[in-house]
Amino acid sequence: MSLVELNAVVKRYGANTVLDRVSLAVEPGEIIAVIGRSGSGKSTMLRCINGLEPIQEGRITFDGQVVNDPATDLRKLRQRVGIVFQSYNLFPHLSVEKNITLAPRVVKGIAPAAAREIAQRVLARVGLAEKIDAYPDQLSGGQQQRVAIARSLAMQPQLMLFDEITSALDPELTGEVLKVLEQVAGEGMTMMLVTHEMGFARRVATRLIFMHEGKIWEEGRASDVLAKPRTPELVTFLDAVLH
Amino acid sequence: MIREFALIDVYYLLLATRWTIGLTALAFVGGGIVGVLIATLRVSPFAPLRVIGAGYVNIIQGIPLLAWLFVFFFGIPIVAGVQVSPWIAATVAFSIYAGAFLGEIWRGCLQSIPRQQWEGGAALGLSFAEQLRHIIVPQAVRVAIPPTVGFLVQLIKNTSLGAVIGFIELTREGQLTNAATYRPFTVFIVVAAIYFAMCFPLTQWSRRLERTLHVAR
Repeated sequence: MSLVELNAVVKRYGANTVLDRVSLAVEPGEIIAVIGRSGSGKSTMLRCINGLEPIQEGRITFDGQVVNDPATDLRKLRQRVGIVFQSYNLFPHLSVEKNITLAPRVVKGIAPAAAREIAQRVLARVGLAEKIDAYPDQLSGGQQQRVAIARSLAMQPQLMLFDEITSALDPELTGEVLKVLEQVAGEGMTMMLVTHEMGFARRVATRLIFMHEGKIWEEGRASDVLAKPRTPELVTFLDAVLH
Repeated sequence: MIREFALIDVYYLLLATRWTIGLTALAFVGGGIVGVLIATLRVSPFAPLRVIGAGYVNIIQGIPLLAWLFVFFFGIPIVAGVQVSPWIAATVAFSIYAGAFLGEIWRGCLQSIPRQQWEGGAALGLSFAEQLRHIIVPQAVRVAIPPTVGFLVQLIKNTSLGAVIGFIELTREGQLTNAATYRPFTVFIVVAAIYFAMCFPLTQWSRRLERTLHVAR
C-alpha cells in the first residue's frame, strides 16, 4: 500500500482552481521533488496532504487514513506527517530547545528530561547541537531552517513535507540546509519537497514531478525528466530556471 | 451651614479614593475575565463564535457606559424584582464595559501575531487551544501590556461615572465636599490632583514598558 495517495484531488480558492484533479501515489522511502512555476499548485498540494488546506473534491489518504474526512483527527495525522515551511515558522519567544520540545511535551506528553534528550539528538542530526539554548533571532537563516527541520524530526514523522525551504536563503546557507536534507533522505525518510534547486532534485530525488496549472504535467525519474522534457511547458520552465 | 474646606476634607477625599481604586480593581478583574473570553471568541476558527464575540463588542461599545449603569441600577430591580446596591450595579456595568474594550484590545494583539505562527503550531499537531496558550498568547502579551495599562488609566477616570447611581468614590465625595464647603475650585483641584497622582505614574509605566518590550525579544 502506498504511504500517500491523492485521488483526483481538486482544490479551489473561490473561482480559482489551484489543484485540478491531481492523482499521485507515494511509496515509503520515496523522495519526491516537486517543481513548477509559482502558482502551479505545488505548495498547495503539500499543504493539503497534512490537512492545512481543505480540498473540495477527491480523496487524500495517508497510510490508509482519509485526510479530508471530517472524522479524521488531524492532530494525530500531523504527528506522523511533518512539514517545514519556507519562512521557518520558529517560535521567537522560545529557545531552540523549547521550540523542539514543545510538541513532544504538549502533544505526546513526553517528560521534560526525555524531551530534552530528543532535542539534543535531533539537533545533532542537523549539526546544531551547540545551539540548544539559543533563541531563533540569534541564528542565521540557514541555522533557523535546520532547527525547523530538527523540530519536525523530533516528532518522528513517517513523511516529511518541505515547502520551498531554501527559497528565503542565500546560496551559501542554501547549501548547508540541502546537506541536512540529503542526510535525512539518506536515512530512509519518505520526503516530498517543493524546490527550485534543480541540481539537488536531480541528485537526491527518486522521482520528479513537474506541476503546471494545477496538474501533474510530467513525472518520472529526475534525471530523465530534466534531461528529456516531453512538453513545451517544462522546456520553457527549465529554460527559465536554469539560465 | 457652610463650613471651611480643611485638611480633614482632603483626608475624606483620600478615603473615598479607596472606592475609586476598589471599583477600578473589580472592574479590571471582571473585565479581564470577560475580555479573555471575548478575545478568544474573536479569533476562534469557528465563525459562529466569532460572530457572538463581535456582537457583544458592538452592543457594549454602541451604548454609553452611563446608560449601562442606569440599566443595571434601575433596570434590575424592575425586571428581577431585587434591589441592587450601587457597588454591585457599578461592578457589573464596568466589568461588561471593560470586557468589551479589553476583548478588542487583546483580539488586536492576538491577531498581530503572524498567521505562520499558528500554522507552525498546527503543523506539529497542537490543538487551537494549545496553539493559543503556548505560541500565540506568550507573544501577544508583550504587545498587549502597554495598551492594557492605557485602558486601565481610562478605567480609573471613568469610575467617576459611578457617582450617578450613588456610588461614593472620589468624584462623588468631591461633590459632597463642595456642597458642604462651597469651595468648588479648591475641592476639584484636589480631586483632580488625586486622579492625576494615580494615572500619571501608570501612564509613565506604560510608556516605559512600551520602550523596553519593543526592544526585548
